[in-house]
Amino acid sequence: MTDASDPPQVVKRHRLSTRLWHWINVVSVAIMLMSGLMIFNAHPRLYWGQYGANPDKAWLELPDFPGWITIPSYYSPADARVWHLAFAWVLGTAIAAYLIWSLINGHLKRDLLPKLSELSPGHLWQDIKDHAALRFPTGEAALAYNILQKLAYGGVLVVLLPGIILTGLAMSPGVDAAWHWLPELFGGRQSARSIHFLCAGGLVAFFIVHIAMVVLAGPVNEVRSMITGWYRLPQPRAKRSEDHE
Amino acid sequence: MNDTFSRRRLLSAGALGAGSLLLAGCDKLSKAGPFRDAMEGVGSLHFGAQRALMGDALAREFSEADMSPNFRANGSRTGAANADWASHAANNFAQWKLKVDGLVLRPLELSLDALKALPQRTQITRHDCVEGWSAIGKWQGPQLSAVLGMAGLLPSARFLVFHCADLYEGKPYYESLDLIEAHHAQTILAWQMNGQHLPVDHGAPIRLRSERQLGYKQAKYVMRIEARSTLAGLYGGKGGFWEDSRGYQWWAGI
Repeated sequence: MTDASDPPQVVKRHRLSTRLWHWINVVSVAIMLMSGLMIFNAHPRLYWGQYGANPDKAWLELPDFPGWITIPSYYSPADARVWHLAFAWVLGTAIAAYLIWSLINGHLKRDLLPKLSELSPGHLWQDIKDHAALRFPTGEAALAYNILQKLAYGGVLVVLLPGIILTGLAMSPGVDAAWHWLPELFGGRQSARSIHFLCAGGLVAFFIVHIAMVVLAGPVNEVRSMITGWYRLPQPRAKRSEDHE
Repeated sequence: MNDTFSRRRLLSAGALGAGSLLLAGCDKLSKAGPFRDAMEGVGSLHFGAQRALMGDALAREFSEADMSPNFRANGSRTGAANADWASHAANNFAQWKLKVDGLVLRPLELSLDALKALPQRTQITRHDCVEGWSAIGKWQGPQLSAVLGMAGLLPSARFLVFHCADLYEGKPYYESLDLIEAHHAQTILAWQMNGQHLPVDHGAPIRLRSERQLGYKQAKYVMRIEARSTLAGLYGGKGGFWEDSRGYQWWAGI
């Protein structure tokens, strides 16, 4: 379809719901993470099970997170809780609305649900090799998510974010009184707190890879597509190297 | 190539500058002001949502096998700064009396024996500190509702304030509950912990248990319960030591 002489083809890539949700998350996830690290500093030890305190065995004990990565930057779990408990509503409402809307408009099924064939070890391995060699799809193929993207985005959408919200609620004595099953689902309140922290780590790992991929794939085009929705299809490699000559 | 390199350097320098500005901005927004008020307003939705969700629901009760082998004592470890408490402690609280006053029909003075003679509730519950740790222990004592029934709350009473013997950072510790939480079945005045008299470091002679909230609501060394129409005008006006001194939420269900 694209002739070598055509100007770069610009297509609508991201729906308004995706763009809105993305930027709400940029703000709310950053605030939740940084205020969460300050709250963690109040007791930087993690346990498995129902209970866990200083006399009990911690599976992880960390030094305090430094002020440049916490909100607020000075020691105050109380102020951090004001941020965390307010922006929890932003994060939670946004993902609930986005999940429901993505089910209705077919985004989840069409773009994010991996096909069985994509999950074959051969296909996965090929995609891992392509990523490692920085061979990104070009032309129309760049419009569909590859399997590693589907697993990463889908993992954030249906595992990490719902997981971090449910484990957060499971730490609340009020919610636990209403829903005894919720902390049990994770093996107890202290297990829920550990999983909450691990989900946060998963989101940080996603963030690092995500930013690296955006930079490698062309940050201006990628960021513009997430703001305006419009995305310039990457040209096939052969043609691009001709251009440079 | 050179062009993108310098652009990248500019961008990263800009990001660093923006980052420190953002952090300073967040610190500023954390202080008293309209933004903090807005955040606290949104945060208070947890209170309404939890109340709607939980009704009279009881916090989960555990079995003896689930109990923490060693229940961490936290906050004040003694009420000795209060001379009254200290003299009673020297006498094993034999002459000690809990005062119940304020907006009540019949102000009371209840000895430890009188509290033990009331119908008792025993509960093995999880204590969750705002810092993040949890410990499971067994508590026994009369329900607060029984004591309030004896005193008879006046219609204007909206809050119960628990005045404590301990000083924290030189200030008297206190906490408060509204009438719903005060009448909850698991809200007890515990004089026994893990089958023994409440140890001094856990708040002897009695400690409040409000099992649907965090640890800072579980006031220790309770000397007096005052029924009030409002929390305004008492100490910092926010209904508790940590609420006044640090800005922790009055509703400690999360």
